[in-house]
Amino acid sequence: MDQQSFLFQALIFLAAAVCMVPLAKKLGLGSVLGYLLAGVLIGPFVLGFTGMPGQDIMHFAEFGVVMMLFLIGLELDPAVLWQMRRSIAGMGGLQVVLSAACIGGLAILSGMQWQGALALGMTLSLSSTAIVLQTLQEKGLMRTGAGKSGFSVLLFQDIAVIPMLAFFPLLATLPKSSGGHDEHTITHGLSAWMHSVVVLLSVAAIIVSGKYLIRPMFKIVARARVRELFTASALLIVVGIAVLMTQVGLSPALGTFLAGVVLANSEYRHELESDIEPFKGLLLGLFFMAVGASINFNIILEQPLLIAGLVVGAMLVKALVLGTIGKLFRLGTDQNLVFAIGLSQVGEFAFVLLSFSVQEGVLSREITDILTVVVALSMAITPLLWLLNERLLLPRVGTRAEEERSEEAFEEKNAVIIAGFGHFGNTIGRFLRANGVHATYLDVDSDRVDLLRRMGFKVYYGDASRQDLLKAAGAEEAKLLIIAIDSAEKRLEMIETVKKHFPHLRMLVRSRNRDDAYDLMNAGMLHVYRETIDTALRVGSDALSMLGYRKYTAHRAAQMFFRYDERAMKELAAIKDPDEYLDTIRSNIEELEQLIRKDFMDAKLDADTGWTREEE
Amino acid sequence: MNAPQKILVLLAHPVLERSRIHSRLINHVQHLEGLTVHDLYEKYPDFNVDVKAEQKLLLDHDIIIWQHPFYWYSAPPLLKQWLDLVLTHGWAYGKGGDMLKGKAVMNAISCGGSENAYREEGRNRFTVRELLAPFDQTAYLCGMKYLPPFVIHDTYKLQQADMDMYAIQYEQVLTALLWNRAQEAEYAALKTLNELCPIPKNLQQ
Repeated sequence: MDQQSFLFQALIFLAAAVCMVPLAKKLGLGSVLGYLLAGVLIGPFVLGFTGMPGQDIMHFAEFGVVMMLFLIGLELDPAVLWQMRRSIAGMGGLQVVLSAACIGGLAILSGMQWQGALALGMTLSLSSTAIVLQTLQEKGLMRTGAGKSGFSVLLFQDIAVIPMLAFFPLLATLPKSSGGHDEHTITHGLSAWMHSVVVLLSVAAIIVSGKYLIRPMFKIVARARVRELFTASALLIVVGIAVLMTQVGLSPALGTFLAGVVLANSEYRHELESDIEPFKGLLLGLFFMAVGASINFNIILEQPLLIAGLVVGAMLVKALVLGTIGKLFRLGTDQNLVFAIGLSQVGEFAFVLLSFSVQEGVLSREITDILTVVVALSMAITPLLWLLNERLLLPRVGTRAEEERSEEAFEEKNAVIIAGFGHFGNTIGRFLRANGVHATYLDVDSDRVDLLRRMGFKVYYGDASRQDLLKAAGAEEAKLLIIAIDSAEKRLEMIETVKKHFPHLRMLVRSRNRDDAYDLMNAGMLHVYRETIDTALRVGSDALSMLGYRKYTAHRAAQMFFRYDERAMKELAAIKDPDEYLDTIRSNIEELEQLIRKDFMDAKLDADTGWTREEE
Repeated sequence: MNAPQKILVLLAHPVLERSRIHSRLINHVQHLEGLTVHDLYEKYPDFNVDVKAEQKLLLDHDIIIWQHPFYWYSAPPLLKQWLDLVLTHGWAYGKGGDMLKGKAVMNAISCGGSENAYREEGRNRFTVRELLAPFDQTAYLCGMKYLPPFVIHDTYKLQQADMDMYAIQYEQVLTALLWNRAQEAEYAALKTLNELCPIPKNLQQ
């Protein structure tokens, strides 16, 4: 591709994204659907700006998925993975096996050979990590029952792709098609056991180098103090692992996931996250657009009923299987709905498996062409299904309280609303209740909502940033709104809603850390509570006392530091230039430096002179 | 008498680590049999006094000593907090409030000013005894016997030897209290408890 056309392509993709995504967001459709629509729009069947149905771009865009898995890996250290082993292996394993069996069985019934049917079942059993995780995060559902279960299943599926890739060649019934990229890999031509050895060696290489090579490398790079160098090395790692994995015929996504897990405990985790994040977002967007662009409308027009039948059939089977598993693992009805419907689409790895099946002669080109369209369509309608679920189904299930609500309307409204009833919010709620102050609660975790309702709390289920929900919870009459939800974006969203519709409400906002607090202060919040500062200072004060300081002295030192730190934060927040601020999530280190320097300058924190004279 | 009286020293010093007098006094007496040192600022750095526990401690002792620097003619705030919260109506005073009845109580204080400053013509216009009236009256209301105070003057002029001698004096006074060696009538005649065991004149500075 020459430079001119590359730039032109970039122009089209970026323009489409910039136009469609805000529009979709505005309509409440979520960014994934926005990207998909943008893809359809510029694709060969509407405006025709991109020539071939997306294949080139697809390869490039799949890299977004690779990066996403790297980031997911970073979030999980091995201990967390081990904790989740039951739900990963149990739910994930059951889901893949049952879905593959059901879909494969149906395929055999419709007259396919068992080998092809099995491959088909396995391919379609996978869900879209990209879409589901992006959506769960956007909706702030990651910590709910549905979010956790969904994540476990997706993780298992992503891992399951490897054995599938190894297994598919054994299912071949057709001659291998030429032109597969297999010849490019270094393992081409090796015997089967040699191949396995190479695979194991590369996995080991990733783990070992993660520990003994990458961390020292970061140390050197960090010392150079050139920011873009750090970004470059972060990209280098991801790309390097992806190349290595492709060379040995493994999924690059899995390799980077592994690398992420290895680096999860390292001191560079946050730096890596913030460096890779924008690339991931952009490439994922590109990936969704490529999916949109690759929907072959000709095939749809030729066999509309078949395609529709396949899409509905596959998704229905998957949703039923997922729902059964959710029930088995005791998800609440509405959590189960989110879980089952959310994961019912076929995922991006299906594209990989389908093209691999053609190469290896497992499925015929005609079948995979149709299936590619089916997969793309199922991904495309996922955001719509989420929407339907949210607007039509969930209100019916989640608010078994609908009748209760009308009763509650006669009650006196509470003066305090607490949004988010996790560990943070429930401590506040318990404290207020212990002092006779009754609050109204909003939460997205229906299991928690059920429990609280049973215990006589007044709880509303749903997304606390929605105006109608706030209104139902009595935001018009309430005096205080305590925003204790976990997701930083949701908090900001909620603040905007409240400022617009309920300007009289005084807001007390939880914030995770300084950056978060700056965002909230810039959003006009006066009462911002960093969740870590008090605890950290208590630890500091206890540490002083264990070192022999008097308890009262340590206590006052902590109180003084707190007062000083709050003031310093206000000053620093005011200094920040809002333009500069947009791209300073990464300025952590410099800011720490600034802070510590300020500590030295201001730090005659010990200002007790009142008592001393008598004893001197 | 075989068993000593029980003495509770309620120490209230916000910066004991910088104190010269009080840490010395405490170090010197804390080993005495029958004596409990209760360091209020160490126990309640957040001023959240545990009333029940404090009341139990009072019941377990016969003589209470409020030991503190004489900040602004009174005690540091945590001791006031302690008084406000622990000496409750119906327990320490008022109807049915006789739990402390018959116990003895006193102040052990350090003052920056000289003894001369604490008289009508002096800089502080009142005697130490007069300024301690609120403590005296508190004791009276609770049916406790208010003993003369143990007082150390001129604290920031004292040399090490003086402070050490005061510490020994404090130990002697507390020992006398523990073993009931002084008579009721004697207390009444004393201005301060220091006079019970005076430091020989020729040893003073």
